[in-house]
Amino acid sequence: MRDVAIIGVKNTNFGEMWDRSFRDIVVEAGVGAIEDSGISGEKLDGMYVGNMSGGQFVEQEHIGALIADYSGLSLDLHIPSTRVEAACASGGLAFRQAVMAVASGHEDLVMAAGVEKMTDVSATAASAALAAAADREWEGIMGATFPGLYAMIAKMHMHQYGTTSEQLAAVAVKNHQNGSMNPIAQYKSRITIDNVLNSIMVADPLHIFDCSPITDGASALVLAPADIAHEYTDTPIYVKATAQASDTIALHDRRDITTLDASVMAGKRAYEMAKMTPADIDLVEVHDCFTIAEICAIEDLGFVKKGLGGKMTEDGETAIGGKIPVNTSGGLKACGHPVGATGIKQLVEVTQQLRGDSGPRQVDGAEVGMTHNVGGSGATAVVNILARKR
Amino acid sequence: MSVARFWRKQINRYNIVGTHCKTCDTHYYPPRNVCPKCRRHGDIEPYKFAGPGKVVTYTIIHTAAEGFEMQAPYALAIIELDEGPRFTSQVVCDPKEVSIGMWVKPVFRKLGESGDKGMIYYGTKYVPDNDRN
Repeated sequence: MRDVAIIGVKNTNFGEMWDRSFRDIVVEAGVGAIEDSGISGEKLDGMYVGNMSGGQFVEQEHIGALIADYSGLSLDLHIPSTRVEAACASGGLAFRQAVMAVASGHEDLVMAAGVEKMTDVSATAASAALAAAADREWEGIMGATFPGLYAMIAKMHMHQYGTTSEQLAAVAVKNHQNGSMNPIAQYKSRITIDNVLNSIMVADPLHIFDCSPITDGASALVLAPADIAHEYTDTPIYVKATAQASDTIALHDRRDITTLDASVMAGKRAYEMAKMTPADIDLVEVHDCFTIAEICAIEDLGFVKKGLGGKMTEDGETAIGGKIPVNTSGGLKACGHPVGATGIKQLVEVTQQLRGDSGPRQVDGAEVGMTHNVGGSGATAVVNILARKR
Repeated sequence: MSVARFWRKQINRYNIVGTHCKTCDTHYYPPRNVCPKCRRHGDIEPYKFAGPGKVVTYTIIHTAAEGFEMQAPYALAIIELDEGPRFTSQVVCDPKEVSIGMWVKPVFRKLGESGDKGMIYYGTKYVPDNDRN
């Protein structure tokens, strides 16, 4: 297998973009990544696009072809374009497919993108579309919502480990702080613990400020074989690992309610592939769709002992400048969560950090970064490790 | 959910019928056609559960799922049946009464409906089992 490098990246602004369409934003991301890479579009050998639910959000399937067409890569060129779906982990999976295409030698220059346009439907319809990531026949039919499923994880975490609502809120406060320094973030406002605790209850113990928002956004990056990456850029970022794992579709069937075994297994596979341990990671973008999800993630990825994720957050160890900066982009919570784009956005953030391009939220001396992208309540997880040095 | 889609699982929802693997003696509810422990060596048969169980974890949902607005706030819970399997249901009582480890027993209840003119779904919810609590 060949080593693979990221040679170009782009995030669109994340937020409620009433004036822009699904195809507008994904083309902006794709063109931006190509410009950043210095290649010309016709050199691409393939595209992999993460998208959870174009069918429900914009009544559009056949996303791969649509994007190739509107990116100008179908006329005469007929570049193969594949849509990848794994709920909120669609972007992370699209990246993994793209890496494997390049690593195998089957394709050389490949785009991995992600997109979701969520605000063309009502918030109720968007929530119903997201609920399809859970078990429709045995969770959804009983009135389960996504905040409800993660609330049951949170309730159990509090019961088993004494995690507090204030510790959950500390995740949101820290991620808004980071988001305030990220020009693409949906929310640039800083918030306090009291803001979170006084916000409306969605599913006890999760307040609305414990939840990631509904977001429009797209992200893209360009991959190349590591051997030729320097022909295009002075700052290639190397893919040290890409790993994926599955677990039961329904939360109720998990071995342990507060452990996402898919995260644990994808993390373990990634550490093995990169020949690294948690101590080697300088920053991580985790899947904080809810505040409890970030606490579980830092535990499941080995940054802190199980049960101590809340305390670690409260103690400031996951802030920029702390022991392991988590979600420097603002995370899903503050940067926004266009579900199909999120996995790619995390990789764009880590790439920019490793290049040293992150401005006020730069992690000093960042050499190695990780991304962690989850589908559903933990049925799919993707963990990637990127590094500045090959 | 279409009529056929609901109807084909009606016996499982109304009567808490799941499956049992004769090879490893594990019970499944919701039912599974393949035993994840034994896979091709599994021997699956239908199994009717007694019904009672306890609350593993729960939440009080304030922002309801589509179609559940009239029920909010409602208690959603993961129930562990006495025979072992876990599944998701609602606990119908004052939401403030629900707690982790609480014993519960099944009741036949309306789950929802397909819009104003569609079919009504029935199934199993849970209430506190005060003989055991």
